[in-house]
Amino acid sequence: MKRIRTIIDKEWAEVFKNRMVIMVMLVLPLIFTVMPLIMLKLTASTGMEGVDPASAGVPAKFLVSCSGMNAGECMQIYIVNQFLLMFMLMPLMIPVTIAAYSIVGEKTTRSLEPLLATPITTKELLTGKALAAVIPAALISIGAFALFALGLFVLGIAPMVRAYILSPTWLLAILALGPILSVISVMVAIFISSRVNDPRAAEQISGVLVGPMMIVLVLQLAGLVVIDVRFMLAAIVGCLLLAVGMVYAGAKLFQRETILTRWK
Amino acid sequence: MIQTRDLSKVFRIGKKHKDEFTAVDGLTLDINQGEVFGFLGPNGAGKTTTVRMLACLIGATRGSARVAGFQVGKDDTEIRRRVGILTESPGMYERLSAEKNLTIYANLYGVPDTQRAVGKYLSILGLWERRMDPVGSFSKGMRQKLAVARALLHEPQVLFLDEPTTGLDPEAAKTVREFIEELKTEGRTIFLTTHNLDEADRLCDTVGIIKQKLLAVDSPKALRDKLFGRKSVFHLRTINPDWVGLVALQPGVNAVSQIGEKLVVSLSDPETQNPAIIKALVNMGAQIMFVGELRHSLEQVYLDLLYQGKEGGGQ
Repeated sequence: MKRIRTIIDKEWAEVFKNRMVIMVMLVLPLIFTVMPLIMLKLTASTGMEGVDPASAGVPAKFLVSCSGMNAGECMQIYIVNQFLLMFMLMPLMIPVTIAAYSIVGEKTTRSLEPLLATPITTKELLTGKALAAVIPAALISIGAFALFALGLFVLGIAPMVRAYILSPTWLLAILALGPILSVISVMVAIFISSRVNDPRAAEQISGVLVGPMMIVLVLQLAGLVVIDVRFMLAAIVGCLLLAVGMVYAGAKLFQRETILTRWK
Repeated sequence: MIQTRDLSKVFRIGKKHKDEFTAVDGLTLDINQGEVFGFLGPNGAGKTTTVRMLACLIGATRGSARVAGFQVGKDDTEIRRRVGILTESPGMYERLSAEKNLTIYANLYGVPDTQRAVGKYLSILGLWERRMDPVGSFSKGMRQKLAVARALLHEPQVLFLDEPTTGLDPEAAKTVREFIEELKTEGRTIFLTTHNLDEADRLCDTVGIIKQKLLAVDSPKALRDKLFGRKSVFHLRTINPDWVGLVALQPGVNAVSQIGEKLVVSLSDPETQNPAIIKALVNMGAQIMFVGELRHSLEQVYLDLLYQGKEGGGQ
């Protein structure tokens, strides 16, 4: 356990001295927190109070989520639901940045060999590196969401809308799906790091992770998919299975000999 | 302290890893406790691969090895606890301070009193004043010294030094060499790979010359003697060519040659045979100015073994 803590400490000490990483960790959450708040504030008075949600122009499938709301509130939660996916980008992108710098960085400075020569086990090293990337991503995502939730009260957003955002769908997304996505993200960064020698290249290639998220966004906008509790639970189970598979594959790839002789 | 038996490493290379490259072939070695062993060979000869196998960084394809009493490939964690390694490249964390770098490694090695160990080696290697500076601001020599400190933090029984002075300026190289000499007095077993044959000659009790296979292993002096025999040089005021033949007739003389005003005599035991030759030369009327031993450099031994294919065999 002490060795895992040492690896986490080392990663944070090193990675957080990198301006690029700090930028990603600060700017991204700030944008994803402020933008939906602005959007909610701007659409707060739409003059649709008392109007049936069916006339809000949202996809028919989504109307189920609007029970008890007026058309304005329905429109608001429809818009803000797209931002849920933006919130999910944080646990995907932050770990990629950290892991890309921590693993490719070790390759470029050739510090992996002396590290691998210590009594640390491969499992401890991989766990330490993964946690060093997953913990900040999870904390930042949760922190950003907490800030967003606080903003809902400060800006006086309608109680029905607030209740929707603080519902199990969003909470499952932030508290359960987010960390799982971070694990997947770290594993992708490890796979890519084994093939490239530039942290920026690793980061850019890891951008493929955003792809599935964008597909869900488009499907939701087209009214083909509604992100509700059922969808979220299915996503959690699917991503958990994927994460377990990737951790297993990552552990296979992250072997001393492979790293030293094949990671060029 | 280090034993290898038929230790071999074959890498799979090329597309789809179908081709094979033998980096180390049938290495058999015995290195005793407290011995400084020099491992010499050209680039790509298998030196670093051997170090990596012995430090449990990569597995062997064939054969076996024991380090500090533990079996490589079976007790790897135990071995890693007991060995220190200075890799070819220092590989420090450049954004972190020297002290932080060493503290991380002291924790990974489970050093009980981290602060004391870190402070001790920073002081010994003259880096105490710069301990809070980021390693990125260090010169190559300072980084190398820090890497040596890192390898020693957990007081290892066996130390692998992979080309410790390569790329250093003469002053930094001298500091590192002097430090290795100090370590020698502490009774640690040191496995040193180097291209610097003068360094190997000065520091090593035993040297092994490798080019995938082990070509020879012995003390530098014994290797010289085995390859070139022992030769005494008689510096004369003037020389008579007839003396060459007459000296060759003396008992124990293997060969005699004349170089200018010198007679170079190949002998099996110069210490006992030199007086008789001196006496014979004086009787012939020679005026001997002085007598010395012709010393072959380790470089000559190395080049001879590598490029003339002479095989001295293992221990």
